[in-house]
Amino acid sequence: MDNKIEIKAQNVDFFYGKTQALKNINIDIYKNLVTAIIGPSGCGKSTFIRILNRMDELVPNTKITGKILFNGWDIINPSIYAVEIRKRIGMVFQKPNPFPKSIFDNISYGLKVNGIKDSSFIEAKVEEALKRGALWDEVKNRLGESALKLSGGQQQRLCIARCLAVESEVILFDEPCASLDPISTAKIEELILELKKDYTIVIVTHNMQQAARVSDYTAFFLLGELIEFGKTQDIFTKPQDSKTEAYVTGRFG
Amino acid sequence: MKQKLIQNMGFFMLFLSIAATLIFLGLIIYFISIRGLKVISWEFLTEPPRMAMTQGGIAPAILGSFYLTLGAIIFALPLGLACAIYLCEYSPKGFIVNLIRISINNLAGVPSVVFGLFGLAVFVKFFHFGVSILSGSLTLGILILPLIISSSQEALMAVPQSIREASLSLGANKWETIKNIVLPTALPGILTGIILGIGRVAGETAPILFTAAAFYKLGFPKSIFSEVMALPYHIYALMTEGTHPVQQTSIAYGCSLILLFMVLLISGIAIVIRNRQKGMHGQ
Amino acid sequence: MERHLDQELADLKKELLKMGTLVEIAIFESVEALKDLSLERANKVINEDKIIDELENFIDERCLDLLALRQPMAIDLRFITMTMKISTDLERIADLAVDIAQRVLALTGKPLLKPLIDIPKLANLAKQMSKDALDAFVNKDAELAGSVILRDTEADRLRNLVQEELVEDYISRDPSTASRAVPLLLIARHLERICDHATNIAEDVIYMVKADVVKHHPEKLK
Repeated sequence: MDNKIEIKAQNVDFFYGKTQALKNINIDIYKNLVTAIIGPSGCGKSTFIRILNRMDELVPNTKITGKILFNGWDIINPSIYAVEIRKRIGMVFQKPNPFPKSIFDNISYGLKVNGIKDSSFIEAKVEEALKRGALWDEVKNRLGESALKLSGGQQQRLCIARCLAVESEVILFDEPCASLDPISTAKIEELILELKKDYTIVIVTHNMQQAARVSDYTAFFLLGELIEFGKTQDIFTKPQDSKTEAYVTGRFG
Repeated sequence: MKQKLIQNMGFFMLFLSIAATLIFLGLIIYFISIRGLKVISWEFLTEPPRMAMTQGGIAPAILGSFYLTLGAIIFALPLGLACAIYLCEYSPKGFIVNLIRISINNLAGVPSVVFGLFGLAVFVKFFHFGVSILSGSLTLGILILPLIISSSQEALMAVPQSIREASLSLGANKWETIKNIVLPTALPGILTGIILGIGRVAGETAPILFTAAAFYKLGFPKSIFSEVMALPYHIYALMTEGTHPVQQTSIAYGCSLILLFMVLLISGIAIVIRNRQKGMHGQ
Repeated sequence: MERHLDQELADLKKELLKMGTLVEIAIFESVEALKDLSLERANKVINEDKIIDELENFIDERCLDLLALRQPMAIDLRFITMTMKISTDLERIADLAVDIAQRVLALTGKPLLKPLIDIPKLANLAKQMSKDALDAFVNKDAELAGSVILRDTEADRLRNLVQEELVEDYISRDPSTASRAVPLLLIARHLERICDHATNIAEDVIYMVKADVVKHHPEKLK
């Protein structure tokens, strides 16, 4: 089966000041599939995913070289406006970060900053996003309430719905379930499996079983390098590299 | 057992401190009320003074204080907030920002009478605004500028980075993020700064000494270029240069009561607004 | 990093080897029973099969527990799943030893039809292949396992030889020899089946060690 490549990273190096955090990363992210990035703390997986939507810009004194091709652009090229990239590539963060606004305003925020004013259109989009984010039934009668009143798992689904409203093509998940209980985690994993029909998904996780459950392809990072990349079932039943094997069998990490 | 004893003693000390503070506050209100309440009347609040400040009311002073406070805020708030936004969101962190912050704090340490002289030299004389509401407001504005900047900056910094990131990751640019997310969230803190500013400005005497205040005005101020009576100055003037000490002392206490009441009222309103904002944001 | 799981895997391996040893003994005893036409030996094999069956159950349950509780990955996962399969093959081999013993019971009291030449060869092959397959498992030796698989053709050849000889030279010429020929024929079949199971074990060992599926793909070994 030929997978279409949505994002292609070529020879990416990344530096925090003098420290090299990513070394020569070459990886293909396939369209409408879930790619997991695993590895021990400090291996560069969060650094890498944040480059994909230019969130690395928020940190001063960083340098990046190489190419990341997406949609005909090179994401790394500073002449490409970060805002344009982020409209196509959204992110869900480790700790849910809803705005201190109503549920409705949270979801419609992305639409508003994109200049959409038609209120009936916005209403329809908000409903659609909440439905796709598996949250509609729980909040449909209280859209005006503060988003901060929701539980942790609901807040995270809200953050996901927020991305869905913007109609990005790629959704990046940076350890999305790290602060959630097992039931909420399971709900979000199910959601991810549903979402991949329409979106390309990259998920960073320190939980190997989660990577095994939700992803189609898995990349193993260690100390800033991409050690191995392959189909998830291969990485977890017959990894090629001994370091990968040592990590997935829990011998370190 | 000894642990418990020490803890109880500690709590008792703390309790004594609170009690002392409340007692002082109570005493202030009490003494001023005792001496000032008797002159409070509708006439007192709405009529200008007559008969060498022995009769009539202090309405011009009330109005004057109000205008000066308002003017100071109108000047200081946008400027202070803009500075705070720049320092917090746009400037590169590090040496420059720290230098600026230190400078602002130094400005805050300048004695208020020095501000008065500064206002006299710059606004009254150099810009030819004369002794007026305008000069007074500008001087008072500069006085509270550091306060507004600091409290706004703190409020902005208290906004968690995570929601800025959320906004940016949805495709908003930096200014949209500040406008839609950071400022509304920081609003309670910014309002606090304004409250403190108002409290400060309403009671300042020295800065308006040379820039705005007049002792005896027959009517109400006509424009921002008019001199104006002001409550704190009026209290000072009555007690030091008053011609009829007996009546005027009471009037001075009456002014104090009004001033106190005004400040408490404004603080109260701002606190209510702040709490409502907080409730909406679910903090 | 030492893991708790490592101890559990080592214990599991010991159990499988225990089973393997018992199975090797069963093969040996059943063949000796044939050589001596010994009732006693044959019965012993039949009775002791229960122990081997119990071991299979134990190993299977243990493997299932480890899969559920430890979420093993990669080589650990292959080890546990192959252990389950190998225990099945070992249990089949033990059952075949029992079958041989039962054929021996049918032959006792009568003189041997002919001197045994090929059957002992086949028996040795069966013993050796089983032993080598288990050794390959213990030592994670993919090459040794490969050699076991290649010997399976020899087992087929020997069985066919015995079959031909008994059918053509004895049963078709003199049907009354059937009661003594057929058990021998069946014994040859059982021994060849033992070799097949040893081959299965060897294929599983190769998958465990190299993650290479050679099962049903004999061309991969050439």
